Amino acid sequence: MIAFLRNTWRGLTSMRTALTLLFLLALAAMPGALLPQLSLNAAKVDEYVAQHGWWGDLLLKLGFFEVYATPWFAAIYLLLFTSLVGCLLPRTWEYFKQMRAKPVLTPRNLSRMPHHAQAVLDVTPEEAVGRAKKAMRGWRMDAGEGTVSAERGYLRETGNLIFHFALLGLLVSFALGKMFSYEGQVIVQANGGQFCNGGVFNYDSFRPGLRVDGTDLTPFCVEIGKFSAEYLENGQPVGYQADIRYQSGDDLAANTWRPYTLQVNHPLRTGGDRLYLLGHGYTPTFTVTFPNGEKRTQGIQWLPSDQRTLASEGATKFDPPGVTDSEQRRKNQIAVTGLLAPTPFLHGNILNSKFPALNNPMVAVDVYRGDLGVDDGRGQSIFSIDMKMVEQGRLQKVARKNLALGEEIALDDGTKVRFDSVSDWVSLQVSHDPTQGYVLAFAILIILGLGVSLTVKRRRVWVRATPQEDGRTLVEVGGLARTDQAGYGEEFTRLARAVLNEEKS
Amino acid sequence: MPVDETLATYSDWLYRSALGVYLFAILLYAVEQAFARAPRKAEALVGAGAPIPGLVEDQPKRDVSKPERIGRMGAALTVLGALLHLASLVMRGLSAGRAPWGNMYEYMSLLCLAAVVTWIVLMAKFPIRRLGAFVLTPILVLLFLGGTVLYASSAPVQPALRSYWLVIHVSVISISSGVLLIPGVTSILYLLKDSKSDRFPKLPSADVLDRMSYRTTVLAFPLFTAGIICGAIWAEAAWGRFWGWDPKETVAFVSWVVYAAYLHARATAGWRGRGAAWINVVGFALNVFNLFFINLVTTGLHSYAGL
Repeated sequence: MIAFLRNTWRGLTSMRTALTLLFLLALAAMPGALLPQLSLNAAKVDEYVAQHGWWGDLLLKLGFFEVYATPWFAAIYLLLFTSLVGCLLPRTWEYFKQMRAKPVLTPRNLSRMPHHAQAVLDVTPEEAVGRAKKAMRGWRMDAGEGTVSAERGYLRETGNLIFHFALLGLLVSFALGKMFSYEGQVIVQANGGQFCNGGVFNYDSFRPGLRVDGTDLTPFCVEIGKFSAEYLENGQPVGYQADIRYQSGDDLAANTWRPYTLQVNHPLRTGGDRLYLLGHGYTPTFTVTFPNGEKRTQGIQWLPSDQRTLASEGATKFDPPGVTDSEQRRKNQIAVTGLLAPTPFLHGNILNSKFPALNNPMVAVDVYRGDLGVDDGRGQSIFSIDMKMVEQGRLQKVARKNLALGEEIALDDGTKVRFDSVSDWVSLQVSHDPTQGYVLAFAILIILGLGVSLTVKRRRVWVRATPQEDGRTLVEVGGLARTDQAGYGEEFTRLARAVLNEEKS
Repeated sequence: MPVDETLATYSDWLYRSALGVYLFAILLYAVEQAFARAPRKAEALVGAGAPIPGLVEDQPKRDVSKPERIGRMGAALTVLGALLHLASLVMRGLSAGRAPWGNMYEYMSLLCLAAVVTWIVLMAKFPIRRLGAFVLTPILVLLFLGGTVLYASSAPVQPALRSYWLVIHVSVISISSGVLLIPGVTSILYLLKDSKSDRFPKLPSADVLDRMSYRTTVLAFPLFTAGIICGAIWAEAAWGRFWGWDPKETVAFVSWVVYAAYLHARATAGWRGRGAAWINVVGFALNVFNLFFINLVTTGLHSYAGL
């Protein structure tokens, strides 16, 4: 049994196994780039599965649409890292032993070394050894009777160990990050809209880490001021920015607001969280004047359906005022749906947008009246009406018209719908990852360790001075690079020249 | 900031001339490869031990054969081409008022320049000049595709790319990918040479090819690592997370693992030589895949919409 365990451990920690595991890791990661992934685009996954029948179902069951969360992917990298630990521990032990060890004794036959040079000099063996010592200043040396052995490049192993341990550290921080991080998105109206990171319910969507239950979110609040965007003539955006005010930490109690300019690439970092500006769109405001003269004004975000021109679609929904009878109310709800064109472009009567910035915006609206179905308990998108209600005849289209700013449309019962104004909304993301600082630190160690271990060469030099019968001395120099021979030749030639130089130094 | 059309035009002209010069260099290299004698043993052994710069001049004077002279002209043309190429990039940057690697055309141009410069440096260190045709041909193909199919006129970049990380991350990744192109090619040549030694007598010795591949990879690998990490730092600021398994990130990770496997393979009995060379070729293939397939076919945050 013990023999079995020992063999398994030896097998697992061998370089050959590590190599195989590296290949497996590379192979297993690939589907994540080729197949749609749930974490990136769930809609695409559904589409893929629907299109590919049993094959899609099989892939779904095997986890190919969430590769990096599957047990088989985890198994590979856990095995790989176990193998790494098994390799590192003995190496570290060896490393500390070597740090204290002396360079190895001079071999008997130096001419067998890959690098070798010799000369007969007019010096005593002691002088020759002295000269060799001088030439190899900075090397770790051990001098014996008429010989010097020197070694250099211990940093290579240092760098190598740092690299591999940093890799381990990075994986651990990454894993911890996946447990305690969270990410939430929310749309907030510009010009005064507020958002507070008080709880999950404030978000439009929220993705918690494994150990995040949605309580204990870092408290902070933001208020969105003016949003501005800049475009090239062809509609390509050049930059977005939102002037915001925020408070976090002690500022919350003191009710102090601090200003910040939120831009793409410039998130707000506060209280350990980051706030990003992800995107923006338009909110049209409509006023409905009901037959009894009461008015209701509402602005709700519409969703850009074309990112290039920001033509947006949505549905602004109204309840009739002062109606307490739910039966009655459900017969007279109003929805204004359609297309908003920031810069209108009319082809006949068909409205479209030709530019993303606001420039006498227009809307093409369909006004529906009837039961919107918002009271039936099911959720419904804020960007559209429930088409089932239309199919069942409970919601009827009562008017269709293109409206410029300030224009209105009159319904058959005297209700009027006016297109008042358009303002901006921004979509924000809050991200929380307590370990990303550690990940960065380990990443920097990875680069440093890698750089050192791939540039420094571990190499040895030996010098032996043998007195000759004629009173002169035969000086031999031998060299060996322990890892990669390439490039050692030049340094050796220089050293050998310094040791064997005929002139008295 | 408006685009300076004059400079943009100059840049395009320089790009085309560089391509022409490279093509001519390839022809000259090919002539040398075709008509020169197979390298003698002594020449092959000099390898890395040869004194550094200067092309062949440092070796003892001997009669320079005609094919060799043509090869040297090829090398000189390569340097000229690289200078024109560099000038084209600089003009591109000046015309758009930003770092000249904001779209795929520019990215490829920088990548290829890095590959050519690596090649010039290697030519000075190893007796491998006559391989120029093999190395420059894939580069020329990339440059041609970049200048035709992927061409995009000089323009400012979208908001997410407006960051000094564009300068750092993209240049480091592009340069390291360019450098990694060279060991990809030399590893293929290694596999050819090593398969039946006598079938390709004119290729340098397998040992030289292997050493060249290794030293170039060892140089580029830390750079590539740094490039990926810079990308992660930028992604944290631009997209809200430092790593999100975006297709480009995934393939970069995969090729990183493959190159790591290459380095380990060279230290593993049974994997040295052919095994390692195959791995390097796979890494090269992944880089090409990452460049074309991921940018153009899959949709991810790295897609170059409109190139």
